Amino acid sequence: MSADLAAAAKSASPPGDDKAAISVKDMRKSFGDHEVLKGISLEAHKGDVISILGSSGSGKSTFLRCINLLELPDSGEVRVDGELIRMKQGRDGRQMPADIRQVERVRANLAMVFQSFNLWSHMTVLENLVAAPTHVLKRPRAECLEQAEALLKRVGIWERRNYYPPHMSGGQQQRAAIARALAMNPKVMLFDEPTSALDPELVGEVLRVMRSLAEEGRTMLVVTHEMGFARDVSSQVMFLHKGEVDSLGEPKEMFARPPTQQFKQFIANFNK
Amino acid sequence: MEFLNNLLDQLSTAYELLAAGWGVQLLWGISWTLAVTVVSMLIGATLGSLVAAAKLSSSGGLRFIGESYTTVFRGEPELLIIYLFYYGGTQVLTGVARSTGSIGPTDIVNMPSFLGGVLAVGIISGAYQAEVFRGSFLAIHRGELEAARAYGMSALMRFRLVIMPQVLRLAVPGLGNVWQLTIKDSALISVTGVAELMLSANKAARSTHHSLLFYALAGILYLVMTSISTPIFEKAERYTSRSFVRPK
Repeated sequence: MSADLAAAAKSASPPGDDKAAISVKDMRKSFGDHEVLKGISLEAHKGDVISILGSSGSGKSTFLRCINLLELPDSGEVRVDGELIRMKQGRDGRQMPADIRQVERVRANLAMVFQSFNLWSHMTVLENLVAAPTHVLKRPRAECLEQAEALLKRVGIWERRNYYPPHMSGGQQQRAAIARALAMNPKVMLFDEPTSALDPELVGEVLRVMRSLAEEGRTMLVVTHEMGFARDVSSQVMFLHKGEVDSLGEPKEMFARPPTQQFKQFIANFNK
Repeated sequence: MEFLNNLLDQLSTAYELLAAGWGVQLLWGISWTLAVTVVSMLIGATLGSLVAAAKLSSSGGLRFIGESYTTVFRGEPELLIIYLFYYGGTQVLTGVARSTGSIGPTDIVNMPSFLGGVLAVGIISGAYQAEVFRGSFLAIHRGELEAARAYGMSALMRFRLVIMPQVLRLAVPGLGNVWQLTIKDSALISVTGVAELMLSANKAARSTHHSLLFYALAGILYLVMTSISTPIFEKAERYTSRSFVRPK
């Protein structure tokens, strides 16, 4: 099979396969009168790396945070590995999770990496990596420790395993945060502008780790401003504009021939 | 020369008085003061964390209760609260006992003095501790709480693994202050007849007519207790903040 064919087979979903790793249908969300998400749908299959682009205020971070219900969407459906997150009508008329245990279980499968790292500052790096696997997933501590050390070696900060997060550089903290996400053996990884808070010289080390994750077939949704990553690493690019999907497609094609005026302008601004 | 003789005279009188049993009285006073303070701090910690949680709650009713608690018990004189609990408590207990017929119409049931005292001081201490805990909770980096949610931790796990350890760390300096306040407040419960340091010094001063000596001595002992606690809390602060870069 040629490389092109293999790529085509990977990105085209088999007919009738409703077990996408993650599927979002018609998600809407308003803050007060301001409608931030105006019905966004997305499907990611195993191994997909979807870059979500958009200027600030386009709703891209809100979209990601609605997927694991850090923000509650006003309407829409989220399925993880085919499992629908059940919602109910709250007393104030807004929708809320029907079963918080289900949400917690689903969240454990959707490890998130944040812009400001959000490592637990009172725990060492190693403790950060074993806290959720031992308590949330109830895996044996010894096994978690072993895995944590291996992951820290992989992201290149094993020597810092006994450091507290505030004692490390931003790049090291973010790599630790990615290792913390990997320690959950998640079905999908959510990245919320993982390099935006980093000094420019530290961005490379984080992107290298993310690229290696993409190469080993991890399913990733990445909200980012890194055009190089979106173009060269991701399998799909979704461009949000004013709370709507402006364009969606294969990155090489999108960047070579921008399908809309909005997207053309967006990448032109980045190349200035 | 005469001054020196005079001073030596005074000192030997002081020694005789202390050796005659007043010294032991003062030592008992110190242990009662510490007991009152520790028990009041524990009552205060329990009430304080509940009140802090109420003040941080999303329910308006709970917030109102929490606000009222801290406003009332920080805004009233400590002595008034103590009288209220001790004499008020005696009146309530007596009323209940008389109405159930378990005592005669002229008998009274006294509020136990230690209990009434530590309840009053503990409730006051709780009002100050509530503010300390609330401030500490608000100082936790929001992103860390969000990460705990995003990794599937239940509310109980978030409290135990992320909130509690950080609130304790941030609360240590503030709790040191409350501890000092509580030591001083404990002197006020001498009015209920708990033989803590203040009451012991008082008795000694009145019985021997050496007021200067015994009040000065009690003053020094209070100062020793409050100043010993400062380095202890500083040490605790260093331990609980070990994960943070200290600006040089």
